[in-house]
Amino acid sequence: MINLTMDGLKISVEPGATLLDVARFYGANIPTLCYDEALSPYGACRLCLVEIGEPGKSRLVSSCTYPAREKLNVRTNTVRVMQTRKMIIELYLATCPSSKTIQDLASKYGVTGVRFSPKNEECILCGLCVRMCEEQMQAKAIGFVDRGVNRRISTAFDRKSEQCRLCGACMYICPVCQARCQGPSEESTLCNACLNLSPPCLENNDHTLCYMDPCAACELKKKTNQ
Amino acid sequence: MDLEAPKIKSAEEFFYIQRNYQKQYRDNNRFIVICGDTGCTARNSKAILGNLDRCLKEKDLSETVGTRFTGCLGLCESGPLVIVYPEEILYHRVIPDDMLEIVEETVLEGRIIDRLIYRDPSSGEKYAYARDLPFYKKQVRNLLGGNWKTDPTKIEDYIALGGYEALVKAVTEMSPGEVVQEVKEARLRGRGGAGFDAGLKWEECFKASGRKFIICNADEGDPGAFMDRSLLEGNPHAVLEGLIIGAYATGAREGVVYIRSEYPTAVEKIKTAINRAEELGLVGDDILGSGFGVQIYLSIGAGAFVCGETSALIASVDGRIGEPVQKPPRLVQHGYLDRPTVVNNVETLANVPHIIKQGAENYRATGTEASSGTKIFSLVGKVNNTGLVEVPLGMTLREIIFEIGGGIKEGKAFKAVQTGGPSGGCLPASYLDLPTDFESLTEVGSLMGSGGMIVMDEDTCMVDLAGYFLKFLADESCGCCFTCREGINRLLELVQNISCGRGSLDQLDLLKELAEVVKDSTLCGLGQTAPNPVLSTIKYFEDEYRAHILQNKCPAGVCRALITFEIIESYCNGCGLCKKNCPSDAITGEQKQTHYIDKDQCDKCGICFSTCRNEAILKQ
Repeated sequence: MINLTMDGLKISVEPGATLLDVARFYGANIPTLCYDEALSPYGACRLCLVEIGEPGKSRLVSSCTYPAREKLNVRTNTVRVMQTRKMIIELYLATCPSSKTIQDLASKYGVTGVRFSPKNEECILCGLCVRMCEEQMQAKAIGFVDRGVNRRISTAFDRKSEQCRLCGACMYICPVCQARCQGPSEESTLCNACLNLSPPCLENNDHTLCYMDPCAACELKKKTNQ
Repeated sequence: MDLEAPKIKSAEEFFYIQRNYQKQYRDNNRFIVICGDTGCTARNSKAILGNLDRCLKEKDLSETVGTRFTGCLGLCESGPLVIVYPEEILYHRVIPDDMLEIVEETVLEGRIIDRLIYRDPSSGEKYAYARDLPFYKKQVRNLLGGNWKTDPTKIEDYIALGGYEALVKAVTEMSPGEVVQEVKEARLRGRGGAGFDAGLKWEECFKASGRKFIICNADEGDPGAFMDRSLLEGNPHAVLEGLIIGAYATGAREGVVYIRSEYPTAVEKIKTAINRAEELGLVGDDILGSGFGVQIYLSIGAGAFVCGETSALIASVDGRIGEPVQKPPRLVQHGYLDRPTVVNNVETLANVPHIIKQGAENYRATGTEASSGTKIFSLVGKVNNTGLVEVPLGMTLREIIFEIGGGIKEGKAFKAVQTGGPSGGCLPASYLDLPTDFESLTEVGSLMGSGGMIVMDEDTCMVDLAGYFLKFLADESCGCCFTCREGINRLLELVQNISCGRGSLDQLDLLKELAEVVKDSTLCGLGQTAPNPVLSTIKYFEDEYRAHILQNKCPAGVCRALITFEIIESYCNGCGLCKKNCPSDAITGEQKQTHYIDKDQCDKCGICFSTCRNEAILKQ
C-alpha cells in the first residue's frame, strides 16, 4: 500500500492508482473533460490539476495521469489550483462556447467573464473519441492529424474509413458535440444561466477540502453574518 | 586505409594501430583544412575544395599536401575558412579562385597572403595565425578543437589525435561502476537544457537490471542554434565514443542515435562513423576482447521540435506520435519498450571521453563549482563574430558577447540577449555581468537551454520578438495539452494585438496572467517554458509594451502598423531612388524636386529608408 496525504488527510491506496482515482474515491471534486474510467488517461484537458509537493516547492500536475506515490503531499483545492482552473475554463469558453458541459463548468467555478476573442470551434481535441475508437471499439478508425494549432481529428488520409463501423461511440463520449448550450451570447461567449452563486470556502482557508455544493459551513457563516 | 583490417582485440593492439595512425598523421603534416559546415558550404566551400584538388594536381603536390574537409571551425561570420597546416595560417572569406594563389604563395613559398588574413572589425588589427585570433583565444575548445584537424569521415584522424583512448581505458581498466562514479564526480550536467546530473541518471540505470537502452538525443531544433549538428558533422566519433562509454557504464547493450532528418549531413557522418567503428571492432560484440558489446542504431526523426523532449523522443523512436507523457514513471525505470533508458544530449556525450581521459578532478577545474566543464554556445544575431563558441561554464555574458563576439555590429547599442533558444528569456544590459551557468540564468527568468544565444541591438522590438518566438512555439507544440496548444495561441494573439496598436493595459495584464497559467499547468518542458519570452520581455522591457499600447508607437521602429515614413523636404535632393524602388508606388515627385510619400498607399516595407543616400526619410 502507498501512504500519502491528500488535503491534509492521511490515506493509503493500492499501487497503480492515479491521484484522480484517489481524489474521487475520497469525494474531492475534480472536474475533467478528457477522462473516462473506461479509457486510458491522457492528460490533455488540464482541468484535473492538483498541487503536489510541500508549500513553497509545489507544482501543478494533471491528477489523471500522475500515479499515487509514497509520502506525496497532494492538495486538490488550493487558490493556485482554482485560479489556474478558472483561467483554463475561460479559455475553453472562448474556444468552444456551444458546449453545455463547458458552460456548466463555467457556472460551477464562477467564471463570469471571458476576456478572449470568441472562436466557436467544434472540437476541444480531448481525444476521448480517439481512445474510445481504439481501446473500446478496437477499430482505430480515427486519430490525431498534424500538430500544434493545426491539430485535428480525422480518419486516415481524410478518406472514408473502412475501419469505421458507424457505431457512434465517438459521438456518445464527446463532451462537446452532444449536449449543446443554446444560451451563450455571441460577444461574451458566456451563458451563466446555471450559475451557482454560493462561494467556495477558499477565501477563508487555502487548504480546506470543500466538496459540498453549496457548502454548509459557508452558508451558515453567511446566515450568522446577516 | 585497408578496409579489411582485422578487428581490434585488445588494448595493446589498439595502441599499436594508434601509433601507426599517428605516424601517418605526423608524416603528412602539410595539409589544408577547408571548413565544410553549413555556413561555409553555403558560401561555396565545396567549389574551393574542388579547385584546391585541381591546383594541387597541376602543381604535382597531390601526394605531399593533404586536404581535409572538416566540420565547423567556429568563425562562421567570416566563412569560408581555410587553414594551412602545419603553420596554422587562417584565411577567411576565401573564394574558389584564391586557391591557386594560396597553393603557389603559402604552400610552395611559405608566404602569407595579406589580403586574405583576418582583420578584427573593431580594432582593425590583423591576425595571420588561427591561434592568435581574439575570437579563439578566450575560448576553451575541448570539444570543438577536434574539428580543426580531423576529417569527420576518417576514424584514423580521430584515433591519431587520441580518440577512443578513453574507451580503451574505460573498458579495460575500469568497472562500469567506476565509470559512473567518475562521471558523477565530474558533475557533468546535461547539456540539452535541463542541466540534470548525467552521472545520477547513469547510476540509476546502472542499478537497474535486465535489458537497457542508451539514447543519444540529436534532435536539436532551436532557431539559430547548431551546436549538436556541428559536433556530429565535425567530430562524430567523439559523440560515438561517449555513447559507447555510456553504454558500458549503464549496462545498456543497445544504443540509439536519434537524429532529425533535416540534418542529412550529420546523418551521413554519424552513419559513416558507426560503420568505421564497427569495422575496427569498437562497436559490436566483444569490444577490445573485454566481453562487453554494444549495438548502435540510427533512428531518424521527422523533425518535430517537441521530440527533443525525452519522453516524446522515445515515443518517436518507438514509431508512435511524438507526444510527451507524464513522468513519473521516469524513463530510467520505464523508457523505450518499457525498459530502463538513459537519454543524453550530443554535447553531454561528447564530454564523457574527456572526463574519462583526464579524470574527474581535472575536468572539474574548468567551469564553476556547480556547473563544471565547457559549454558550446551558438552566438548569433547582431554581433560581429557570429559562430560557435565554446567557453568554460560561468563566463560572463559580457565576455562572450563583447570579447569573443567582438561587440555589436555597426557600433550600435546592445539591447538584449536571448539565451536558451525559443523558450529562453531576454536579458537586458544590466545582466551582462551575469555568469552563464544553469542556476544564474534560471534565477533571472531565462534558461541555459541547449546553448542558443541571440544578441539583439537597439533596432529590435521586444514585442515583435516575443511574437516571433511564440509563433515558432505555437507551430511546434504537439497540441496534446489544451493549455499549451490554445494557451500559446492566445498569448500570440494578445502579443500581436499589442504590436498592431490594438492592445490595452487590460490585455497586458491578461497576457501576464495567461502566461503564468500556461507555465504552471502544462505537461512538458515545451509548454512550461513557452511563456518565458513573454514574461521576460514584460519583466525587463515593460516600457516598450506600454509605448505600443499607450502612445501607439514602436520605439524600435519595427512593428509595421505603428510606424510611418516621411520625407524631410530639406534633405531630399530629388534623386528618385526611393520612387524607383518603392514596390507599392506610394512615392511621387519630379526629378530633382522634393518627393512625397502617400501614407495611405505606403506598405511600410522600409525599402525607401534603406535606399535613400541623403538620410531624407524619417521613420517614426
